[in-house]
Amino acid sequence: MDIRKPVATIYGYFQDKFSPTWNEQILKLRESYGEAIELVVMPMESNIDMPTLTVKKEKIHEFLSDLKNNYQYSFLTDFTATDEKDDEEFEKTNHRFQLVFHLFNTETKARIRVKVKLSENESIATFIDLWIGANWAEREIFDMFGIQFEGHPDLRRILMDMRWEGHPLRKDYPLRGYQIFLTPEPLDPELLK
Amino acid sequence: MAKDGELDFFTTRFEDVINFARKNSLFPLPFGTSCCGIELMSTLASGYDMARFGAEVVRFSPRQSDLLIVAGIVNLKMAPVLRNIYDQMADPKWVISMGACASSGGIFNVYSVTQGIDTVIPVDVYVPGCPPAPEGLLNALLRLEDRISKGDTHSLRRERALKHAHSGDAK
Repeated sequence: MDIRKPVATIYGYFQDKFSPTWNEQILKLRESYGEAIELVVMPMESNIDMPTLTVKKEKIHEFLSDLKNNYQYSFLTDFTATDEKDDEEFEKTNHRFQLVFHLFNTETKARIRVKVKLSENESIATFIDLWIGANWAEREIFDMFGIQFEGHPDLRRILMDMRWEGHPLRKDYPLRGYQIFLTPEPLDPELLK
Repeated sequence: MAKDGELDFFTTRFEDVINFARKNSLFPLPFGTSCCGIELMSTLASGYDMARFGAEVVRFSPRQSDLLIVAGIVNLKMAPVLRNIYDQMADPKWVISMGACASSGGIFNVYSVTQGIDTVIPVDVYVPGCPPAPEGLLNALLRLEDRISKGDTHSLRRERALKHAHSGDAK
């Protein structure tokens, strides 16, 4: 058996099936957005992956609503962030954080990944108007990385204690940076109203 | 009364009778936070049947239970809650720390996890394993019953420690 030969998994099947439509869609997107799409990374042949598009921050809302409404990528599978502080490019470009969207096409079952680069202390407008489910994802990103989302209705910590200082998934947060609280987390008085 | 009509009795201490009753009617409170909780359920179910050792009445109220079985990871955010539950249990009470995470933090040596529940509450028996086999938990229960039959409770231990501290002061 040749191990380099693609194995007919369900994903591999989708990969071969989607490659032409992905190419078509990305060409179309590049025509309409031009310079706003900074980078396109296609999955390698017979590799289980999806295309990754890096889009400029100014155009990201327009781009995502286009993907949602005109390309049927209507389901937000995952919305998270990464800290690229140790990356070589960080010193050149000063783009510390990346927001990562994983989108799912509910009609053709294809997936796509969209990234936005943010520098430190830079905020971005909320995505709740596109996907209501982005609400808690944005709270988690704020909790773990300290990225501010403008226009979010309720941007407070979701996982960590509300008395916690710092944002634990940042690269400069110490791995064993314990913060001990002797009493349970006090209830937010706002919630009782 | 024996079969031949003779009076049949033996003498014992009142404390021993109490301890015998305590050790054979433990009411466990399951504090199952992760996969150890599944093994705990399996131990309680008919396959391993913890009821054989008198610990089948699982109570979900700390007021009604006297054995706290902590099975799983206890996060820093959960630690004050665990302490609250322990404080709400009436004395005499005992604690079994089940699994690597509850005993030492396990593989999670990070910002969000307590490094063993003994930093928060006193523990009687530790069960190693990730997760421990049901036999491990049963063994821990039997060991705990041995200690209970010797009259070992948290309040007695506290008294002993206080006495020891005072005698130390006198010197």
